[in-house]
Amino acid sequence: MNIYRAHILVCNGEKCNSQNAQAIYDEFKTQIKKNKLEEELTVVQTGCIDQCSQGPVVIIYPSGVIYTMVRIEDVTEIVTEHIIRGNVVNRLLGGENINLDSVIKSLDQVDFFKRQVRIALRNCGVINPESIEEYIAYDGYQALAKVLTGMTPEQVIEVVKESGLRGRGGAGFPTGVKWEFTARAKGDQKYVCCNADEGDPGAFMDRSILEGDPHSVIEAMTIAGFAVDSNQGYIYVRAEYPIAVKRLNIAIAQAKEHGLLGKDIFGTGFNFDLEIRLGAGAFVCGEETALMTSIEGKRGEPRPRPPFPAVKGLWQKPTLLNNVESYANIPAIILKGAQWFSSIGSEKSKGTKVFAVGGKIQNTGLVEIPIGTTLREVVYEIGGGIPNGKEFKAAQIGGPSGGCIPASHVDVAIDYNSLVQLGAMMGSGGLIIMDEDTCMVDLAKFFLEFTADESCGKCPPCRIGTKRMLEILQRITDGKGTAEDIDKLEILAKNIRVSALCGLGQSAPNPILSTLRYFRNEYMAHIQDKKCLAGVCKSLMQYVINAEACRSCGICSRVCPAGCIKGEKNVPYVIDQTKCIKCGACMEKCPFKAIYKNA
Amino acid sequence: MKSIAELNQIKKDALARISGNNGFRVMVGMATCGIAAGAKPVFNTLAEEIKQRELSNVDLTITGCIGSCRLEPLVEVIDPLGRRVTYAKVDPQKAARIVAEHIVNGRICLDYTIGAALSAPN
Ligand SMILES: Cc1cc2nc3c(=O)[nH]c(=O)nc-3n(C[C@H](O)[C@H](O)[C@H](O)COP(=O)(O)O)c2cc1C
Repeated sequence: MNIYRAHILVCNGEKCNSQNAQAIYDEFKTQIKKNKLEEELTVVQTGCIDQCSQGPVVIIYPSGVIYTMVRIEDVTEIVTEHIIRGNVVNRLLGGENINLDSVIKSLDQVDFFKRQVRIALRNCGVINPESIEEYIAYDGYQALAKVLTGMTPEQVIEVVKESGLRGRGGAGFPTGVKWEFTARAKGDQKYVCCNADEGDPGAFMDRSILEGDPHSVIEAMTIAGFAVDSNQGYIYVRAEYPIAVKRLNIAIAQAKEHGLLGKDIFGTGFNFDLEIRLGAGAFVCGEETALMTSIEGKRGEPRPRPPFPAVKGLWQKPTLLNNVESYANIPAIILKGAQWFSSIGSEKSKGTKVFAVGGKIQNTGLVEIPIGTTLREVVYEIGGGIPNGKEFKAAQIGGPSGGCIPASHVDVAIDYNSLVQLGAMMGSGGLIIMDEDTCMVDLAKFFLEFTADESCGKCPPCRIGTKRMLEILQRITDGKGTAEDIDKLEILAKNIRVSALCGLGQSAPNPILSTLRYFRNEYMAHIQDKKCLAGVCKSLMQYVINAEACRSCGICSRVCPAGCIKGEKNVPYVIDQTKCIKCGACMEKCPFKAIYKNA
Repeated sequence: MKSIAELNQIKKDALARISGNNGFRVMVGMATCGIAAGAKPVFNTLAEEIKQRELSNVDLTITGCIGSCRLEPLVEVIDPLGRRVTYAKVDPQKAARIVAEHIVNGRICLDYTIGAALSAPN
């Protein structure tokens, strides 16, 4: 590793660049090389440092001297005087007008962050997740103390009900009501479980909470144990989350050591213990009955409901199951009150929701927003818009069980009810943004491949139905679809929805139904015109060489892995379409942009 | 834990340590996303630099995911006055300079800040 004696920063902001900052940067590089200083010095281009009226700006570290209105002729002087001889070039100093306070220095000043409201993620990125003291420093275990020393189970349930919190794992069932059902169920032994299976591809909300703030889940589960009268909890987490598992284990051990788990917590006589169960990463094991079957040590397959887990769950005992994010909200609700929580969010859906925003968006990442925030705000303000100047086409919300929201509905407020009206759903927090280059039939196929693959096979509607739907989608994207295929898809979808045993099968048709609802024209284009408008489906597009633009350099022919591009000097090259495997390598490498996709 | 008083004592002690009035707190985002982006060598470099310079007033710690995946590894420095600076896309070399410049000399490395990372051309 090189440690440099000094750093020269040249502002690369728009304004500075319009005044030759790039040339100044290049000149520094040249001069440094000329003086053989490369080993000691480095020149860096920085983002705008907000001194635009005085640009171009150059800063020299370690002294921190700021030169303003630098011209290319000044570079030699800065190098010989300042860098080599150590004398500051006074005439270039900006004087008192320089103020670096306006430069964005921390994350909480950035739009991506400013628009978020962090409740479930309140400690993520704030505390050391492996230190119970730090959790306690930020009010950790105060909610548990309040509950155990001053509230009855009924009061706890009442607060959770009043807060309006709904399950964040996908189904959106009111959490307080679920707690009440479990509390009322008769049984000598009850269990509290946490669903940390997180099977939605691309989603990582729960993982982040477990990795960043594991104690919040432990505290919440203990509170739940008190509320429903249970002394034993299980956290079901996928083994593919080794860091989450490690930090959970550390946290549980610390909580036990501090007497925050175990016997006679806060001297109140209340006992609660917690164990981790690892899942092997099957999507179906996130479904509540399959999850409990898996904890019991059996093959993770769903069972019919009713009986619901609140009545007969784990080992046939009354069981409360909630999602990681649902739990992470609980301590804050107990401490700050139901009114506080229900003042955040929309009229009917309270609080916040964490989304894992991915796909064709500038700021990919994890965001926690008040429910009722519009999709437009998420995409354009928090998300920073679509990269490469492309158009926003649609968002897939709720992963393989969810649906899409087309650009025409970008102003929808994201809440449980409004999304259902659009044929989508809140889901567990997967939010994939798609641009104009996405084929919606291909998207539906992607999710069906996933559900067909993840179907556990116990019930025929899901096992066979998802396979048949996938075959039809394959046919359509191969350009072999017929008009009846759409009818078949719709009939199958509707039947599977009502007949599958669990939510996996019941929701598997959603991506098809929702893309059919908004993008039927794309299905028709594949079927009738044999065209994929987005140029994604390989069977329906060709790579073609524009004879006029081709300079016969032969690069395409050399990179083609199928050896199917031929030509010679002064004669345009041609792609043999019968052999082309449509990898696109030729188009990528053509220096003259002579190769294009013919969709 | 037998009483709320005991809990509050731990809280008081921990708070005093975290926001102690004459130290720096340096946090490295070390959830799966940060580690995948290279946070471990960054953490090790910070630890090494702090040790070599015998800086006793620096509380270096891991933390969870702050959400900005594309800017990882992220390092936050909170100075003794509670002023917060977030450094983005940090690598071991930048980490060494952050210790030397910001923590030792009290000068923020402007070109590594999140603001600079966001306004830089991709
Ligand atoms: C196929 C399928 C997968 C599921 N995966 C998850 C999951 O990974 N995590 C989760 O919390 N809930 C998942 N659920 C929802 C659970 O069945 C259950 O509704 C939820 O864990 C209850 O917790 P909540 O009320 O706090 O949301 C899944 C449901 C289905 C049908």
